[in-house]
Amino acid sequence: MHLYDMTIHKLHDLVMRKEVSAMDIVSAFIERIEQFDPKLHCFLTPLADAAIEQARQFDQGTLDTGLSPLAAIPLAIKDVICMQGVRTTCGSRILENFIPPYDATVTDHLKKAGAIFLGKTNMDEFAMGSSTENSAYQPTRNPWDLNRVPGGSSGGSAAAVAADLCAGSLGTDTGGSIRQPASFCGVVGLKPTYGRVSRFGLVAFASSLDQIGPITKDVEDAALLLHVIAGHDGRDSTSVDQPVPDYREALKESIKGLRLGIPKEYFVEGMHPDVATTVQKAIQTCQDLGAEILEVSLPHTEYGVAAYYIIAPAEASSNLARYDGVKYGLRVSDAKDLISMYRRSRSQGFGPEVKRRIMLGTYVLSAGYYDAYYKKASQVRTLIRQDFLEAFAQCDALLAPVAPIPAFKIGEKADDPLQMYLSDVLTLPASLAGIPGISVPCGFSSDQLPIGLQILGPHFREDLILRIAYQFEQATPQLRSKPKILSDCTR
Amino acid sequence: METKISRQEVRHVADLARLELTEQEELRITEQMNSILSYVDKLNELDTGDVPPTTHAIQLENVFRQDLALSSVDRKMALDNAPQSDGVNFIVPKVL
Repeated sequence: MHLYDMTIHKLHDLVMRKEVSAMDIVSAFIERIEQFDPKLHCFLTPLADAAIEQARQFDQGTLDTGLSPLAAIPLAIKDVICMQGVRTTCGSRILENFIPPYDATVTDHLKKAGAIFLGKTNMDEFAMGSSTENSAYQPTRNPWDLNRVPGGSSGGSAAAVAADLCAGSLGTDTGGSIRQPASFCGVVGLKPTYGRVSRFGLVAFASSLDQIGPITKDVEDAALLLHVIAGHDGRDSTSVDQPVPDYREALKESIKGLRLGIPKEYFVEGMHPDVATTVQKAIQTCQDLGAEILEVSLPHTEYGVAAYYIIAPAEASSNLARYDGVKYGLRVSDAKDLISMYRRSRSQGFGPEVKRRIMLGTYVLSAGYYDAYYKKASQVRTLIRQDFLEAFAQCDALLAPVAPIPAFKIGEKADDPLQMYLSDVLTLPASLAGIPGISVPCGFSSDQLPIGLQILGPHFREDLILRIAYQFEQATPQLRSKPKILSDCTR
Repeated sequence: METKISRQEVRHVADLARLELTEQEELRITEQMNSILSYVDKLNELDTGDVPPTTHAIQLENVFRQDLALSSVDRKMALDNAPQSDGVNFIVPKVL
């Protein structure tokens, strides 16, 4: 065991017993980042110096973090979440020099809990993408196979956890951007219920869908990280005022007698056979643990992609109107009037996928098309939400694959946006319905690529999906392993 | 493939979105938007006549807070990221 491959809760035990110093932990990760990040490209802005300074303060006892489970724990933060005084780019050239004047609420919670920040992680520009290839800076590579994508849009956060470049990380999920990269990289990723975690200080992509969530090495870490970031926030009027349960406490209970639904529409045509068999095996394991398995139907699943790719671009086109070169962000230097300054700054600052979505969103919201597209998609969203509510009347939670395929090759889908969108088919519906979902590693394809099991639960039942994920994880220790490619690189 | 949107319309939408597309970008985006818009036509298979639209998955109503003056970002900080400012105002190119 090395410090860098330990879970947050294990590191916490060592810190509390004073067996290691914060500096020991931080140094182990910084060394690891120096060694592997030049190959993986997880980080856009490393914060090594600041992390060392934080560790020093912690070791000198000048920080009052008490018994917080995150005291002296080094984390990585997706570069869409604001941190005061630290460049936040959203993977975009338009925010290349943007220094937020305040902390996001989640950043604030983590700071108060004593977490140490190792850096800001790479992502698809403005979180638009499923492969992290849309980053304006660099593609991130999958630690299990450097020729493959880590998934997206939180690809840097997921790859950094998988490669032990941090103890845990935060990602964001608008249509699958936590669950899919977690699945592709063989780590745990949780998208909370819409409204569970404050979005204040999260740069907006699609405001009715965006949620921040943890990406971790095991389920217990996801539970403790969620516990720190969840809760009502007066600065986000869509955050919900409901008590935050002790998610770790909830893990230990058996899943015996739970009714787990298998949505038949989630085993789609064209699914990679290894995904289907691996997930089926995971379902069998849950049955062996005493859960009752039943088939359910989510009849509107096949409309999820179409509804999402109207709603999300519509919201994005409106949210991204703020990038006008006036208050912050890129401005071209030689525009002769205001309008051409807007047009040229935006055209230079945004990459192709962002432009495409702004164009689509502007079109579907424009006069004469609003009812045909945006209203229609919002009505279909109601049907998709109702599908889930009806399923949860029959069962406690749902088990499904996360993505129809394991990690694909870099460049494989880059030229065909529609094909890229279709790979999100199994994560988008839960986002549209606002329900929580978790991806937990459940095996490997024949070419050693990780495959995730997706567990979906009713609104605000993160406790339940975490418990199912934890019981599954505990029952399958043979499935836990680390990317070999990195150990090969070391020796 | 059915033409859902012409190049001319793409140019108009780009104008609404304050984007300037190169000739090549315009061609590519026209083709891609046609492919995506043809795909989303799939939604018309569903009769959604009296289905209410969902704009937020979690229904919240009337979120109010106390009307209190709270501290906010000070002027210097607010201007720090501006491409151009005079320390008091954001400076923009001539409007009229």
